[in-house]
Amino acid sequence: MDANGILQILLYLAVIVALTPLAGGYMARLFEGRLTFLAWAERPIYRLCGTAPEREQHWSAYAFSLLAFNLVGTLAVYGLERLQVWLPLNPAGVGAVSPTIAFNTAVSFATNTNWQAYGGETAMSYLTQMAGLAVQNFVSAATGIAVAVALIRGFARHSAQTVGNFTVDLTRCVLYLLLPVAFLTALFLVWQGAPQNFDAYVPASTLEGVHQLIAQGPVASQEAIKQLGSNGGGFFNANSAHPFENPTPLTNLVEMTFLLLLAAGLTDTFGRMVGDRRQGWAIFAAMGLMFVVCVSLAAWAESQANPALTVAGMDSLVGNMEGKEVRFGIANSAIWATATTAASNGSVNAMHDSFMPLGGLVPLVDILLGEVIFGGVGAGLYGMLVFVVLAVFIAGLMVGRTPEYLGKKIEAREVKLAVLAILVTPLGVLGLGAISLLAGPEAIAAPGPHGLSELLYAYASATGNNGSAFAGFGAATPLNAILQGVAMVFGRFAVIVPVLAIAGSAAAKKTVPPSAGTLPTHGRLFVTLLIAVTVVVGGLTFFPALALGPVVEHLALFSGTLF
Amino acid sequence: MTVHRPAAGTLFDRGILQQAAIDAVRKLDPRRLVRNPVMFATAAVALAASILTARGGEHFGVMVQISAWLWITVLFANFAEAVAEGRGKAQAASLRRTRSETTAKRLAAAEAEDFEAVPASALRAGDLVACETGDIIPGDGDVISGIATVDESAITGESAPVIRESGGDRSAVTGGTRVVSDRIVVRITLDPGESFLDRMIALVEGAKRQKTPNEIALTILLVGMTLIFLIVVATLPVFASWSGTAVPAVFLAALFVTLIPTTIGGLLSAIGIAGMDRLVKFNVIAKSGRAVEAAGDIDVLLLDKTGTITLGARQAAEFLPLARVNERDLAEAAFLSSLADDTPEGKSIVALARTRYGLTGGGEGMHFVPFTAQTRMSGVDFAGSSIRKGAADAIRAGLEGGLSAASARELDHLVERVAKTGGTPLAVVRNGRPLGVIHLKDIIKPGIRDRFATLREMGIRTVMITGDNPLTAAAIAAEAGVDDFLAEATPERKLELIREYQQGGRLVAMCGDGSNDAPALAQADVGVAMNTGTQAAREAGNMVDLESDPTKLIEIVMIGKQLLMSRGALTTFSIANDVAKYFAIIPALFLASYPQLQALNVMGLASPQSAVLSAIVFNALIIVLLIPLALKGVRYRPAGAGTLLKRNLLVYGMGGLIAPFAGIKLIDLAVAALGLA
Amino acid sequence: MISHLRSALVLTLVMTALTGIAYPFAVTGIAELAFPRQAHGSLIERDGKVVGSALIGQAFSGPGYFHGRPSAAGQGYDAANSGGSNLAPSARALAEAVRARIAAERAANPGERGPVPADLVTASASGLDPHLSPAAAAWQAARVALARGLAVEEVRALIAARTEGRTFGLLGEPRVNVLALNLALDERRPMR
Repeated sequence: MDANGILQILLYLAVIVALTPLAGGYMARLFEGRLTFLAWAERPIYRLCGTAPEREQHWSAYAFSLLAFNLVGTLAVYGLERLQVWLPLNPAGVGAVSPTIAFNTAVSFATNTNWQAYGGETAMSYLTQMAGLAVQNFVSAATGIAVAVALIRGFARHSAQTVGNFTVDLTRCVLYLLLPVAFLTALFLVWQGAPQNFDAYVPASTLEGVHQLIAQGPVASQEAIKQLGSNGGGFFNANSAHPFENPTPLTNLVEMTFLLLLAAGLTDTFGRMVGDRRQGWAIFAAMGLMFVVCVSLAAWAESQANPALTVAGMDSLVGNMEGKEVRFGIANSAIWATATTAASNGSVNAMHDSFMPLGGLVPLVDILLGEVIFGGVGAGLYGMLVFVVLAVFIAGLMVGRTPEYLGKKIEAREVKLAVLAILVTPLGVLGLGAISLLAGPEAIAAPGPHGLSELLYAYASATGNNGSAFAGFGAATPLNAILQGVAMVFGRFAVIVPVLAIAGSAAAKKTVPPSAGTLPTHGRLFVTLLIAVTVVVGGLTFFPALALGPVVEHLALFSGTLF
Repeated sequence: MTVHRPAAGTLFDRGILQQAAIDAVRKLDPRRLVRNPVMFATAAVALAASILTARGGEHFGVMVQISAWLWITVLFANFAEAVAEGRGKAQAASLRRTRSETTAKRLAAAEAEDFEAVPASALRAGDLVACETGDIIPGDGDVISGIATVDESAITGESAPVIRESGGDRSAVTGGTRVVSDRIVVRITLDPGESFLDRMIALVEGAKRQKTPNEIALTILLVGMTLIFLIVVATLPVFASWSGTAVPAVFLAALFVTLIPTTIGGLLSAIGIAGMDRLVKFNVIAKSGRAVEAAGDIDVLLLDKTGTITLGARQAAEFLPLARVNERDLAEAAFLSSLADDTPEGKSIVALARTRYGLTGGGEGMHFVPFTAQTRMSGVDFAGSSIRKGAADAIRAGLEGGLSAASARELDHLVERVAKTGGTPLAVVRNGRPLGVIHLKDIIKPGIRDRFATLREMGIRTVMITGDNPLTAAAIAAEAGVDDFLAEATPERKLELIREYQQGGRLVAMCGDGSNDAPALAQADVGVAMNTGTQAAREAGNMVDLESDPTKLIEIVMIGKQLLMSRGALTTFSIANDVAKYFAIIPALFLASYPQLQALNVMGLASPQSAVLSAIVFNALIIVLLIPLALKGVRYRPAGAGTLLKRNLLVYGMGGLIAPFAGIKLIDLAVAALGLA
Repeated sequence: MISHLRSALVLTLVMTALTGIAYPFAVTGIAELAFPRQAHGSLIERDGKVVGSALIGQAFSGPGYFHGRPSAAGQGYDAANSGGSNLAPSARALAEAVRARIAAERAANPGERGPVPADLVTASASGLDPHLSPAAAAWQAARVALARGLAVEEVRALIAARTEGRTFGLLGEPRVNVLALNLALDERRPMR
């Protein structure tokens, strides 16, 4: 890695640190109800939905609203996919999506996973992309943020019965935040070269006279929200590696920034809403430190040339260029891979499957840690707060006091809910992954340990609602399409429901004022502990699988063994 | 004071160990194991491994050893619990001996002379019994008539006999104690099986021990960890099959058991029982484990001034007459009004008057007026004159004609003078004319300041409760070093204060002895009743201090904290251990398929079989090695939460990370040397 | 439950109208006015015919054109089916493919002796990478010059002219757009 690469990494980190308080402050004002300039647009929506905006919900009602909304959304996308052949805006004339893929895709977008078991340009009509997938890009992101906000309220309030109103939170999130930012970003992307049209695919005759059919579509509008809302489902199969989705280094920086922007900002929103910004920065610090370690490891690993290729006569100057774009190079590919998996976004600007073993280990580990290094919008914060509950519990015991966080006693009920949420990742990744492998390994493309990495990555990505892939994995087989769909639903809602329950029980508790015996949760010590708990839980769960995948592949590759 | 602490010297007694070894096997009963999910899982895996081993196969010798060590792991955990229980039982047994053969003299009525001899176990609440010199008091109760000296050493370890009398705050007697002189009639207040002794025995034996809230939460976490590792290990053969590796099931069993938190799982109940045990050694009886745990969380400690912060008895220091009043007249009035007052203050007034002015005796026809909560004064009427003494405001309120402005000012001045120095002013009036003020001096207990400093370090706020006026209270509070005080306290104000703190989310502890403390004791999160107190107080509190030393709350808090810390530290240790175990076992399992994994064998273990065996042996031995820690508890030094966490993370987190690398390597060397694998 | 569902249904419809219809059409409308060329895919026309997109790489095999990166998109540079090879770094298939490409590049550029630039023999992520590193372009300069009958220096100058630096001197990597370079070549000296 040259000096310029390191500079680009530092620049990226600086941008995130600088924008976090801006995004955080805006979202805090938004969800505390202090922004009202679009009230004229909100009111008719609430009237149509039959919601009294000032009436807040108990956590269970909030959860019901959320689940109902996601169910309807999933069915809507499924319907569009199955019927697209008869619907308008299908200039390329793509056919109906098969039932299993349609299920997989509908679930995938509703759960903010955006795993793509299909190639965008070959399987989805413009209408499906816009009215189905892009809509879910907005609302699944807003759903995640709403859950995080409900949890924040739980910690911020005391002796309260309610955690907010789902319809209001979702609507305000879309109206005030996602829509305006996506709109401006989309225009920026068009300016930089991303297409935005409803044209048919354009036939070209290349300089050497070969026929080339160039895919078109409303790319920019979709790209903007896909990055902003930690969705990651690309308009094209190659995702953000595709020059139409991500044409220049400048768009790359902006898109990378959006990978983390809202998730990082929410840490500050959290701090502001609980009335102690240091609490938010502590969580940011824990996430940020893990991120720095991951990005460094990825950048280092990818700047190594593949020894199997240099032996054949390839130069070893730049590093591992297989599956990477020249305009991005190693540094930007490493940052993106780390950020997109840290953030549960899942878009890619380089092919993770072709990363060096340790370079590919980084995104895999990011996901396996539970998508809490910034994580998906909302999902990262509430996922991390689950780890905070565990960290606080352990720490509380070690200082000899019933654990408390932000003045809320952490008792058996919260521990139980947190443990339920923590169990989701192992069950989804190892459990469903094992079932898939037992049923047959035909989806796995790579031989040797890398094959296992592909499988692990697929189920990690689905359970963690990430959506990126070691794309050699043939996820389109009916069995995997269904299992993956199950993993996505499980990974999303089996966490959301316990988290909302924690929100409810925290809201109902009294807030205990801090005393000298209270463990401060904003200091270096707590940040260290939080990182340790996160890493230990993830590490212990996946050590054997990782040892049999990327670790052994690395050892083998550098000792000259190929598979 | 001489306090005998049973079995305090040695941690392990041969008899206890022998009994524990037998109990360890007895505890293999699945119905008992199921109460501890981690050990239940271990036992289930041990059973499965044994069955698999019995079917024979490759590595038979190692498989036999692994199965054996799996069982040993369970036995060690049972042993730890049994040792803790055994130590408690030893204490309980000596207590029980005192009680068993008691015969009670049941009375039909308080004044009856005839009694009916019945076994103590036949007594019911409400029965009246007579206890005379040499009798063992057959059950807990209240003295309803008579006064006696009672030897309570069987319960408290305190050898000096104490006075027990009807009425007042020293009316409670405890079953199992012995009357040394005189005769009292006691109303039994508890049915058999509910007495103090019974509760204490149940607690230290651990038989009916209920899990405390934090213990329940921790158990949930441990179950969660166990489930995670179940998923990890159950799916491992599937993932291994991708590389064509077949992992022997017994090795998987070993991996599972080494990963799940057996260390803390095995020691969890021992820690809980030992905590109770430590409390009992401090001569404190907790009525529930929950109360002990709550003690660790205390934010605010309410302490009565008298007897806690200051020596129980205030001493009359001087007589301060008003102008134009002879000091001797004042002293005489004070003397006469205090003759019948046998509170320590009253006695000190009499003593002071005697030594200063040589006053003696009283006359005939004196009619004493006792102190009541309503009038807040006491005194004497005789020969047409009436003398009253009491708090200045009470005296003034009681004066029908009121005071002349000059006298009032003068009296106020004196009262203030006394109060400012931390003394208690007691106004004296004769026939409605104020004579002056008695200066009662509080004597701060030696060393109490340091105790409060310690509490402050622990994050606990101390609040002094006193009936004194604010000025006096402030002076004493400053001298004693408490954080805050409640002056002119009434039982209602006290209760209100506790509620106020609790509303603000604070956990409140208090000590009390009097009957009027009962509501506050019940309201407080941790209420420690003094054993010398009334039965009502002892019922209301959730702990009873047999030595009646209110500052013992510090020790109680420490024990509560230690209890949590021991659990936290061992949980951390247990989880940190897993890293080394992975490095031992994972390369061992897959070396055949991927020779490159030798790079992960950082300990350089001799062979795959020896690696697995060493890990499981380490896992079992560590339980036994940590029994002393579980019984003694993690060391607690008063310090801020951050300091404590840092220290414990270093010791038990880093220690837990590093220790097993060394331990497993050593065992591996031994295993290789002995040719076991 | 019914009220939850009703509310969910209406909200879904509202959001679809807002984010699924209004949003993309609004962006399309403004893009059409402000950036019409980019909005339609930055197409390049020569002699009234679309020859490709400035952003999309295309296959070149003749000696007179600079060759782009190996492509795993469809049958190679299929602009309606993007994608990478997704071969594992430890895959024998990858090593063999790269070995073959190296052999081919060596054969096509007999003058070059050193190791082959990595981007020239590894497949891009999109399969549509329009760029080469300056080094990979320079590696082919002699061959192209020979095939076109140009001086090597002239070709090198063309490469230099078409080399884009890092944005703001910092972002991304230096690169040459292969289609633009080849178009420039054609302009300079058309293939016979």
